[in-house]
Amino acid sequence: MSWIQDLMKPKMRLWEEFYRNRWQHDRVVRSTHGVNCTGSCSWMVYVKDGIITWEMQALDYPKLEAGLPGYEPRGCQRGISFSWYIYSPLRVKYPYIRGTLVDLWRNARSTHADPVAAWTSIVENEESRRSYQRARGKGGFRRTDWEEVLEIIAASTLYTVKKYGPDRIVGFSPIPAMSMLSYAGGARFIQLLGGVLLSFYDWYADLPPASPETWGEKTDVSESADWYNSKFIVTMGANLNMTRTPDVHFAAEARNHGAKLVVLSPDFSQVSKYADWWLPVNAGMDGAFWMAVNHVIMKEFYVDRQVPYFVDYLKRYSDAPFLVELEPWDNGYRAGKFLRANNLSRYRDVENGEWKLLVFDAVKREIRMPRGSIGFRWQTKKGHWNLEMKDGLDGSEIDPLLSLAEDPDDVAVVNFKESAGTKSFKRGVPVKYLEIENRRVLATTVFDLLMAQCGVDRGFSGEYPADYDDEMFPFSPAWQEAYTGVSRETVVQFAREWATTAEKTKGKCTIIVGSGANHWYHANLTYRTGITALILCGCVGVNGGGLNHYTGQEKVAPVASWSTLAMALDWTTPPRLQNAPSFHYVHTDQWRYEKGHADHHPLEGPFSKEHTIDLQVDAVRRGWLPFYPQFNRSPIDLVREAEKAGAKTDQEIIQWVVDQLKDRKLRFAVEDPDAPENWPRVFFIWRGNTLLASAKGHEYFLKHYLGTHTNTIADEIAKESVREVDWKEPSPQGKMDLVVDINFRMDTSALYSDIVLPAATWYEKEDLNTTDLHSFIHPFGAAVPPCWESRTDWEIFKAIAQKVSEMSQIHFPEPFREVVATPLLHDTPDEITQSEVKDWYSGECDPAPGKTMPRLAVVERDYANLFNRLISFGAKVKEEGMEEKGIRWSVKDLYNDLLKNGHVHEWNGKKYPSLSDAVDAANVILHLAPETNGEIAYRGFKTLEQRVGLPLADLAEGYRGMKYGFLDLVQQPRRILTSPCWSGITNEGRAYNAYSINVERLVPWRTITGRQSFYLDHEGYIAFEENLPTFKSKIDLKASGNISKTTAARKSIALNYLTPHGKWHFHTTYYDNLRMLTLSRGIEPFWLNDKDAEEIGVKDNEWIEAYNDNGVVVTRTVVSARVPRGICIFYHAPERTISIPKSPLRGRRAGGNNSMTRLRLKPVLMVGGYAQFCYRFNDYGPPASDRDTYVLVRKLEGEPRF
Amino acid sequence: MVFHLDKCIGCHACSIACKNLWTDRTGTEYMWWNNVETKPGTGYPTLYEDQEKYHGGWERGKNKPLLKLHSRIGGLKNIFSNPYLPTMDDYYEPWTYRYEDLFTAPQGDDQPVARPISMVTGKAMDIEAGPNWDDDLSGSPIYAANDPNLKAISEEERKQLFQFERLVFFYLPRICNHCLNPGCVAACPAGAIYKRGEDGIVLVSQEKCRAWRMCISGCPYKKVYYNWVTGKSEKCILCYPRQETEQAPACMHSCVGRIRYLGMLLYDADQIEETAGKPDTELVDAQRNMILDPSDPNVIRKAQAEGVHDKIIEAAQKSPVYKYVKEWRLALPLHPEFRTIPMLFYVPPLLPVMASIQHGKYRSSHDFFSSLESARLPVKYLAQLLSAGDEETILKVYKKLLAIRIYKRSETVGDIQPEEARLALEESKTTPKEVEAIYRMTSLAAFEERFVIPPFLREMAIESVMDPETRKEEAGTGHIHPPKRGW
Repeated sequence: MSWIQDLMKPKMRLWEEFYRNRWQHDRVVRSTHGVNCTGSCSWMVYVKDGIITWEMQALDYPKLEAGLPGYEPRGCQRGISFSWYIYSPLRVKYPYIRGTLVDLWRNARSTHADPVAAWTSIVENEESRRSYQRARGKGGFRRTDWEEVLEIIAASTLYTVKKYGPDRIVGFSPIPAMSMLSYAGGARFIQLLGGVLLSFYDWYADLPPASPETWGEKTDVSESADWYNSKFIVTMGANLNMTRTPDVHFAAEARNHGAKLVVLSPDFSQVSKYADWWLPVNAGMDGAFWMAVNHVIMKEFYVDRQVPYFVDYLKRYSDAPFLVELEPWDNGYRAGKFLRANNLSRYRDVENGEWKLLVFDAVKREIRMPRGSIGFRWQTKKGHWNLEMKDGLDGSEIDPLLSLAEDPDDVAVVNFKESAGTKSFKRGVPVKYLEIENRRVLATTVFDLLMAQCGVDRGFSGEYPADYDDEMFPFSPAWQEAYTGVSRETVVQFAREWATTAEKTKGKCTIIVGSGANHWYHANLTYRTGITALILCGCVGVNGGGLNHYTGQEKVAPVASWSTLAMALDWTTPPRLQNAPSFHYVHTDQWRYEKGHADHHPLEGPFSKEHTIDLQVDAVRRGWLPFYPQFNRSPIDLVREAEKAGAKTDQEIIQWVVDQLKDRKLRFAVEDPDAPENWPRVFFIWRGNTLLASAKGHEYFLKHYLGTHTNTIADEIAKESVREVDWKEPSPQGKMDLVVDINFRMDTSALYSDIVLPAATWYEKEDLNTTDLHSFIHPFGAAVPPCWESRTDWEIFKAIAQKVSEMSQIHFPEPFREVVATPLLHDTPDEITQSEVKDWYSGECDPAPGKTMPRLAVVERDYANLFNRLISFGAKVKEEGMEEKGIRWSVKDLYNDLLKNGHVHEWNGKKYPSLSDAVDAANVILHLAPETNGEIAYRGFKTLEQRVGLPLADLAEGYRGMKYGFLDLVQQPRRILTSPCWSGITNEGRAYNAYSINVERLVPWRTITGRQSFYLDHEGYIAFEENLPTFKSKIDLKASGNISKTTAARKSIALNYLTPHGKWHFHTTYYDNLRMLTLSRGIEPFWLNDKDAEEIGVKDNEWIEAYNDNGVVVTRTVVSARVPRGICIFYHAPERTISIPKSPLRGRRAGGNNSMTRLRLKPVLMVGGYAQFCYRFNDYGPPASDRDTYVLVRKLEGEPRF
Repeated sequence: MVFHLDKCIGCHACSIACKNLWTDRTGTEYMWWNNVETKPGTGYPTLYEDQEKYHGGWERGKNKPLLKLHSRIGGLKNIFSNPYLPTMDDYYEPWTYRYEDLFTAPQGDDQPVARPISMVTGKAMDIEAGPNWDDDLSGSPIYAANDPNLKAISEEERKQLFQFERLVFFYLPRICNHCLNPGCVAACPAGAIYKRGEDGIVLVSQEKCRAWRMCISGCPYKKVYYNWVTGKSEKCILCYPRQETEQAPACMHSCVGRIRYLGMLLYDADQIEETAGKPDTELVDAQRNMILDPSDPNVIRKAQAEGVHDKIIEAAQKSPVYKYVKEWRLALPLHPEFRTIPMLFYVPPLLPVMASIQHGKYRSSHDFFSSLESARLPVKYLAQLLSAGDEETILKVYKKLLAIRIYKRSETVGDIQPEEARLALEESKTTPKEVEAIYRMTSLAAFEERFVIPPFLREMAIESVMDPETRKEEAGTGHIHPPKRGW
């Protein structure tokens, strides 16, 4: 036995210093990555000789409870390549401006001393305006200095406010959680100005509408460590390796702990490698799979035998026992609205009785009104908004019947639709009769409706499937085969294993779901079918269970204090917050390219309109959705005119505006979006790639916003089918006067903007970062100061604000007032304003702001002090406290602490906490957030306790003294505290799981029943046949309208065009990074099935041209049997700046992924003023789906031309 | 080192970490000391496993193993023209883009774009190959289908692997194996390559290297690269500058799949030649046999007698690598038949169960978990990769990996009966205690349990050339010993 000996003499090994020297460094700074990734990984950035060399993951996350794997390390191939950007040739080092524009500007400035007058002379001359618009995206950038661009920006801003009003100034930045202060800098500036901030979550189609539908919550999910607690993990449309790279180990580790992993994915996706089962459900058809699963669960776990855990869960935590009225319909009935308490004599006089719902008590054999529904939330008497099954009137115990089957008065014939087709099925459902206001009403429970909807026959006769092999009737396992391509046997086994796991573990089944499922037009339905399987098996609100949707939203953990600061609520309310899908759908004129909507068309009633834009207009008029610009006149002028007309008070001004609207003297801008006075004019883009990666219908953005070249050939075909909007011919091109992009790299949006401002990268600034994938908050740090002439976003908006204030000394020297319109909002009493859909515009009811139409407010602006306001934390918050999710608490003492301890900004003789520095702002957020200051958490829970009437503050009691400042986070990421703003519990190292507080502490969900909703009784949902969980097929090629104008070239193939998240980038971020391009194929390829490729004569790595009416893409292929036939994958989202040749078909440079998409909004998702169906920024509204898209693919003719 | 392939997500964070730290220089563009391959696939450089093409590694000689490179032709004869070097076609032509055009393009009539250009010629180029070209490419008739390891499976099985309902892939991250019988060391005419005594890291002396490039051919894993600027060969250094300061190698540090384990192994160096000369089917066992039990008093005594530091023995006792390789027999060397005795071991991946198409519908095999009977990837294929063709070795590993899951399922859910779990343990010859230990190491182990190395005692190493105090005083005054350019 001998040991390895060192054969080299020590002196011969002195060269080893070579690599040791390479490893040396001078400084290590903690930072992280901002948008677009939402992984929120803590990184250590290495600096050598003042130059950033590389980054390595931090490993020092606080540990969770024993028995859970740790979070270290977090970070992926993309993150670790970021340092490439800092000094790369893509880096924007100086301010740039389009040459054509700067020539015009310098010329104008030479004749106009006033910059605003100079700007006026350029944009009011159509020829000069069009000349720089047409130059957009065509090169010709010139380096300039900060002073010049700031002047242009401020001048165009003030010109626009004066001429049209501040609601023509628009800002967009996504995902604040990823760099909260960078987002807040711009958002705060925009809101102090009175401008419009666009949402991102719904715009990216990342908002899962099923979440507000079911839970009244935009999204709340488990942190990834909680996957480890799960025993049955299903991924659906979520490719964990791609998008949850630092989290996916929990899934691998859970497998070793005995969890089963099933992957639903049409292709053998990367996560399939981990699966026990890979089920290639046909793309976009997952809903059919889940409906059959629900069929089996209901049959075997509710009818054949009962599982006490499931039954108890359903009674307490779901709307299953609530009574629904049946409406006469087609020789029978259909499910209508929930029965209302004020219909019954027993409850006739209760407060908000119209918003209190009913169950049938098994013991008393009577109808009862349990606590917790939304009427209890907003009633004067506090303490009854909870999930105790007690009578709202006298507190007596209730044992609700889930099903009336055991004691029906009768069996009614109810119509159910196979929404995938057009067939209707008549099925017997057990009912109770009751007398209401001299009429006899039939009612049944949500549970009985769901049972019948799923097609489970309990002997009530009707068109039910005979058994699992019955292919005729939905939703049997055999029936779903035609849609999913998965065999009935596999579905049945899946359902049994799923439910058995949940039964044995009390709910430890989870669905990890993502954009692959959510980016479809009918995504809300797909989600609801899966959620149904979760709720039926008691899986929501249980560690290891629940729906885990991580796409895009990402959690601003300190949301209350952050939004106060970001939306400038410390100075003025309400902010102008716009759902971007509606905004871009209308303003980019994409509505002009469709005849109607692709959904089922209700035959009569308020939803029977043909075109989406008409329903969009209705939604704005009724206060369901926001829309800016608000009116066809300046909101500043309105105040002046109202005053001229004699209005004295705010109330009188508002009434004057209402009268003007009623008399049609004033119109909503959305009714005439192509009139020049209704265009958005100045566009600020920061932290996002608004003009490409996120621009669904990118080519229409180029055409109608920018007025430059475009690859679309689609016809404008809406004229005959629109009723509520004015039709203008020709459609306007080049609506935007100025597009400003703040960026560290020359991406597509920068390339097409008028002005590009050099931004500091994520390693050059201080900021905050959180996610919902883990429960830590941690910082960005400046490893080096902002390079070259770049500045942090915070400093850039300070500079712009300063310039605006400076010029306002002449143009707006005094404060002024304007009218702000906002929609009816979630988590406010607005939730109980519209129990019926009525239209004031056609005279069905009176126009009442905040009730039947938008809220109107008169707001004061002070531009001369806009900069001062921007950098000081206003005293409004001191007086009014802070609010989140309907809870408001006082922070007066803590505000005073900031004045005493922190940095202070003093102006006009008053002192305010300073926000001058980003770190100051971070500390204000941390100081006032329940998640980072235990005292605030305690206060919030105390407030919530009052409304709920049950103890909650104990959740924060033990952590009251805990408080983190920015420097603490620099030391180590810190775990967020259990907070009244969220629904999970992080105490004692427990993994955060959504809705634990609801389940364990009986706090209601923010829905109409207060419970998890199977049933959605809004008139819109009934009209569109989505009141019960159901399946609607993806939109087919013909209905998509994508290939109407386009003619198929010889040897081309039509494919469903899918753009899931890719491996080498997050959206376009990192896409142009040389490291990523080297490890991929140097380009974003089109993935084709081998047989499809053969059909069009294309081999691996050959060039193809993909095209439809909207646009064109030219790239190379990857050919693999991994992709099924009939779909192509173009991973989201390549830049069109890298290696894109010209398109022989369209003659121009081919586009990016969104060149082939066009916006399509789902009308039912626009309803409002009704419980959980109420607007909230980023939380609600129709998402901009993109998966129901089709393209033709052919081999590129000839060699690629650049 | 151990790489747990069941956990590998193929993210390549390891590759970039390595690139950032070590090969971000001119001359090293195409070097990927750490790369990740999709299997089945052709790897990097392409088809490197095909020793008929590259003549790397060793052959079993009559008396002792012979270098494949030299045995055929004779070392000296070909010293000036080595015919088995991979060419640029086998690697790729490194490229970048004319990014600056996006800033500087004059106003035109269409959008400017950044075209790819060669880093070699500076001219516009078509990108035809890259270091990770067949990433995720299962079901590819060009790449996956040409994996040399597929030769072992039948035509029928091969066909099935390319059917939608059966196809599969997994990831294989690779670094230098820091072999016990390194082909590179043996092939180097200049004696420039050595294995460090203290940690077994194999290094190419940047001083002694004379650019013969025989190491590149000699290494069957193609993990030595030639730097065309310095004229020296370079390879993975297992981040010794980091390890010497008790930091994990960058690839391991950055592994978000948490698949990597690093620890000490004690072995009997006298057995190297004999082990490398064993018949194929005995290679894995022979290698296991030469690894010594660090808790065996006999081994400890002998080690101490030979001057092995107590701290090293202590670290070896806690080594996760020892557990996976020797104690649990789960981790296997890559291509042991190359006979370099690689010191990097892989735990094979569990993959989804097979399915079939019946009446046009996809029907999954009914197994609850991944299973042996309905495994998508033939055991034969994995045997080609990890056991020189010996299927029994692979089967034993799989049975144990599956038994862990069955046991834990039975324990935590209960829908698998304890009897079934007991049988699974019995069949894979393991015990609840061992299963628990494997489970903990695989799922729960924190970084400090995955990375266990002895302190490097640098003061003692430095003492052999200079007084550590002097070293302290002179630290930071630049290179003590700058490397010279080669020829």
